[in-house]
Amino acid sequence: MQPIIAVSNLTKTYASGFQALKGIDLEIHKGEIFALLGPNGAGKTTLISIICGIVRPSSGTVTIDGHDIITDYRAARSLVGLVPQELTADMFETVLATVSLSRGLWGKWDDPAYIEKVLRDLSLWERRDSKLMTLSGGMKRRVLIAKALSHEPSILFLDEPTAGVDVELRKDMWENIRSLRDSGVTIILTTHYIHEAEDMADRIGVINKGELILVEDKRELMHKLGKKQLTLQLHHSLDALPPALAGHHLTLANGGSELVYTYDTQGSRTGITGLLTDLAAAGIRFKDLDTTQSSLEDIFVDLVRRDR
Amino acid sequence: MNLPAVIAIYKFEMARWGRTLLQSLVSPVISTALYFVVFGAAIGSRISEIEGVSYGTFIVPGLIMLMLLTQSVANASFGIYFPRFTGTIYELLSAPISYFEIVIGYVGAAATKSIVLGLIILATAFLFVPIHIAHPFWMIAFLVLTAITFSLLGFIIGIWADGFEKLQLVPLLIITPLTFLGGTFYSISVLPPFWQGVTLFNPVVYLVSGFRWSFFEVADVSPAISLAMIGLFLAICLMVVAWIFKTGYRLKS
Repeated sequence: MQPIIAVSNLTKTYASGFQALKGIDLEIHKGEIFALLGPNGAGKTTLISIICGIVRPSSGTVTIDGHDIITDYRAARSLVGLVPQELTADMFETVLATVSLSRGLWGKWDDPAYIEKVLRDLSLWERRDSKLMTLSGGMKRRVLIAKALSHEPSILFLDEPTAGVDVELRKDMWENIRSLRDSGVTIILTTHYIHEAEDMADRIGVINKGELILVEDKRELMHKLGKKQLTLQLHHSLDALPPALAGHHLTLANGGSELVYTYDTQGSRTGITGLLTDLAAAGIRFKDLDTTQSSLEDIFVDLVRRDR
Repeated sequence: MNLPAVIAIYKFEMARWGRTLLQSLVSPVISTALYFVVFGAAIGSRISEIEGVSYGTFIVPGLIMLMLLTQSVANASFGIYFPRFTGTIYELLSAPISYFEIVIGYVGAAATKSIVLGLIILATAFLFVPIHIAHPFWMIAFLVLTAITFSLLGFIIGIWADGFEKLQLVPLLIITPLTFLGGTFYSISVLPPFWQGVTLFNPVVYLVSGFRWSFFEVADVSPAISLAMIGLFLAICLMVVAWIFKTGYRLKS
């Protein structure tokens, strides 16, 4: 299947000499939600800005649905909507005026019924005649989304869409984004709330220091790099692990009152049955147990730390 | 051509003008009316006719030109600077719109505003002094060409400026002095020969002279030269705009 976005050997060095991107290769599939994760300054916004035409690449190519972003920029850009990270707004304009401007800029004639639908979906219709300067941060963020949706894009970039947005509004936003995906829109998002990426994304890309260090299907990633731990709370604390348990991947925690067993989620056997048998044979009793699985956030932090 | 985009920019800019009508329209009209009262009635009554035209009437084209130049520059520079200042320029840069179309939208709106203003000032002048326009077609041609040229200059200033102070700098320190010294209130023939020669380096002389010729058939320099100078200035502005977009100067990193 031809990717809807193909990035090939993309580099960007700013005039200051800072190398923001170092040979990025990336393919985005049609209709997916792709989460681009990375620490501050990793190159996420630069990558998005180049794809959208705001920043010039130093070298490499980007095509959108087969259209080169430089030589065939009209066709490429007409497919893309962008919600920028910064809350940029024409302060003195009304919601309706600024959203209508966006539709026009993307070459679409006025369609009041469609604009009304977009504004209603984002709970902005009642505020359509309000000046942007009178809106809260969350409402402004919604206006930016409305602007991006006003021209019916088939690809939507969301750069930190939920930054500074309250919990309820955030939930509404993700609902809207899900329904967009269901309608066939490809979504590329960056977020610092990694649990949101874990909930929403089909695939994950991790970028660090201008390099894409991983691109993986989310479930595969969680499966491959996720760890599971079994924690046993002991009746009696141990000073050291008994030699009989040396064959298991055990560590003592919490002053010897807990035994932590780490196991591979991909393995055909967890080894828990054998561990429990050996514990009973060694006369070690436990009063409670629980299991935990590493989150995407744990995996992300681990990956970035390893890449330092 | 992305016509909906050009129209959207144009309508957006005109709507902004509509919201600040008092500042954009009433203020220049009042200033011009004051010029008529002070220079036309008070001082003008003591000045004899210039080349067969009463002084009050003689200054009308210069006054229109003065407003046309300053307002074209102000409107166009603010129009493109404001999206840069607020950050909404990202939308222009990421839209499927060519640089040429962006310029048509912004410069078209700025030129429209100053042409309307020029015509309103002309109508105001009719209230104060008798005016006969000898060449209405050329009057409109000079008006439109000058408005477009100086709106392009304003667009360039709006891209170049990195603060509101700089936005005011060029109109205040260059455009206004050149206009006042460009024969707005006098014919350069009244100057000593040396200063006449110096004045010919002021491009505004050619604009005022050509425009005045279209009213009274009286000119400091040949109308053909005036037209050629406007054409030259327009070409220079277009080249600078083309360079800005080619290099992404102050727009793209």
